[in-house]
Amino acid sequence: MLRPPQHERFHGRNAVEAIDLVKDFGATRAVDGVSLSVPSGSIYGLLGPNGAGKTTTLRMLLGIIDPSSGTRSVLGRERPIDAAAEVGYLPEERGLYPAMHARDAIAFMGALRGLPLREARRRAELLLDEHDLGEWARKPIRSLSKGMAQTVQLLGTIIHQPRLIVLDEPFSGLDAINQARLEERIRRQAQDGATVIFSTHVIAHAERLCERIAIIAKGKVAFEGRVDDARARLRPIVRLRTRASDGPWRSVIPADAREEAGHLVFELPASGPEPLLRALLDGGAGIEALAIERPGLHDAFVAIAGESAAAAMVEEKPQ
Amino acid sequence: MRKLMRGAFVIGRRDFSATVLSKTFLFFLLGPLFPLIFGGVFGGIVGGTVGQHDKIEVAVIASDAAFGPLQAARDRLAGAIDNDRVVRLVHVLPEPDVAAQQQRLLSGGEGQFRAVLSGIPDHPKLAGAIQPDGTTAGQLRLMLASAADGNAAQPPLLVTHTAASAGPTPRDQATTGQIAQTALFFFTLLLSTMLLSQLVEEKSNKIIEVVAAAVPIESLFVGKLFAMLAASVLGLIVWTAAAAAVVASFKGLSALPPPATGWPVFLALVVIYFAMNYLLFGAVFLTIGAQAATVREVQTLSMPVTFGQMLIFGFAAAGVAAPNSGLALAAGVFPLSSPLAMVARAAQEPGIWPHLAAIAWQLLWVALILKLGASMFRKTVLKSGPRTRWWPRRA
Repeated sequence: MLRPPQHERFHGRNAVEAIDLVKDFGATRAVDGVSLSVPSGSIYGLLGPNGAGKTTTLRMLLGIIDPSSGTRSVLGRERPIDAAAEVGYLPEERGLYPAMHARDAIAFMGALRGLPLREARRRAELLLDEHDLGEWARKPIRSLSKGMAQTVQLLGTIIHQPRLIVLDEPFSGLDAINQARLEERIRRQAQDGATVIFSTHVIAHAERLCERIAIIAKGKVAFEGRVDDARARLRPIVRLRTRASDGPWRSVIPADAREEAGHLVFELPASGPEPLLRALLDGGAGIEALAIERPGLHDAFVAIAGESAAAAMVEEKPQ
Repeated sequence: MRKLMRGAFVIGRRDFSATVLSKTFLFFLLGPLFPLIFGGVFGGIVGGTVGQHDKIEVAVIASDAAFGPLQAARDRLAGAIDNDRVVRLVHVLPEPDVAAQQQRLLSGGEGQFRAVLSGIPDHPKLAGAIQPDGTTAGQLRLMLASAADGNAAQPPLLVTHTAASAGPTPRDQATTGQIAQTALFFFTLLLSTMLLSQLVEEKSNKIIEVVAAAVPIESLFVGKLFAMLAASVLGLIVWTAAAAAVVASFKGLSALPPPATGWPVFLALVVIYFAMNYLLFGAVFLTIGAQAATVREVQTLSMPVTFGQMLIFGFAAAGVAAPNSGLALAAGVFPLSSPLAMVARAAQEPGIWPHLAAIAWQLLWVALILKLGASMFRKTVLKSGPRTRWWPRRA
């Protein structure tokens, strides 16, 4: 088994920082003043619908493309290529040499990041064994299933035990079991001290994994901060079912309350739950059911990025 | 720089293994052997009849009385067949030390003689870089027989083959240059399509993103170029060995006109200029091919690229006849024709310094083209960096 890397955390420093990144492709502005701070050792999510500018932002952070303006720093280096040996990257469009053996494909990615080939091959074999793919080590990539090939590429991304792992839409194309495995692997990498940044258009993944997120819509950062802070932007939601359909208690229900499956759904008033409860009791509502729910990230996303951006996102029930 | 070279090595190693260890590499190795074998066979046949008497001059050390009948016999032979195809005789009066005189004539001090004939009419001896059973010796036997005018006691011609002689004329050396030039052009032409399609694999497999995030793009270009160079040098060794076997089976290396720089230096320069020619064209092809997204686009590009190569070959070949002419010098300076022009020069002119300067110049251009290629790739394929405007935006 591979020894987990002992990453030095950047105490008080961010693994990635971007200030006012702008990227123009001809007349089209793909990214418009994106600023991010990714604390080292954290799991950071870039959320946004397709075409929002997530991949372009990641490619700028990795130095694959240069920004039209703005600055970025990766693991303390201003030129991302200078930090390349400590970075692992899984692009959205996966790619491997079809004729290459699985072990060699992983080792090749390690060698690109500075591992000696012999050591890279040794680690590749261990990683393949760990993931029950040992018997496929000497088989060409073209003979692997799509899921296996994706695992091989992920192993190639982490073979050199990077301090920063950037995953662009890592869950796309994976079945539920492999998604859960990948989530577990991401958590393990973070526990070992690596910083993980991943982009997704599936809110549930970000909600389950991330400490911090950036919501990107139309090339701009609509929100950047802790997941809890995003949720805290919304008031708790009240779900109320009453016996009485009308009465004095109706005066405390906000005008924008909506009906959902026999329940009244509305934001908890700023005065808090006690005055609401008292008014309902005193006003003869006849409470049958009352729940005060913390808003989910999806609700926060809708509030921050707007309905249209949220509609373009894929909503997924937590597993 | 270290990072660039390390990345180039990783990419080059993978590409080299992927190329050489594939089954198709065997076909790549065998491909050029077919025209080479046919060329060798037909070249040997044609060379046997043409090679030795194309304006060959032979010095004849003899008195006026002895030379007169021989020249008359030569004229009769020239009247019977084409004059240009008959060995030219240059009369030289004998000196007290004929052996020293013969040595001097062969060394080229007084003309470009392929051989020296002496001892006529009683003890004719022919010395020089000729074959005893070749056409030069054969023609001289006929002339001697004709000059003897029916004398039944005509003594046999004694032929002494010497490796060194002033025999190769500038024209002969130009032939050597042209052969080397054509070989270089031919090999580079064979490899051009391979180079054009080098980056298509990475682009179609989407590996390019992983590579571009891990190493400088220049590493990708340098690695690919040198991997293909290594593979082609491997091919060149096989092909050269085969060509040498073909040449040796017919006449041996001495049958070829020796170059001005001498065989060892010339062969070393051929290898270096092959590498330089390959690197220069390779860098250009890699740059052009990098813009292609599919194999179909590469195929479409290959025809204009081949024509461009032929144009440059024509430019370099035009200066072979006069290695110090303005045209030849221009071909030597223009980066893409420089290796072809300089290899021909190596056959014709003895100086080494121009070659060292040319190699440095060509290396500089390889670096510049690779830099430009990587920059274009970043801008047009990866869509990075400011957009290049070839003309100012309208107000």
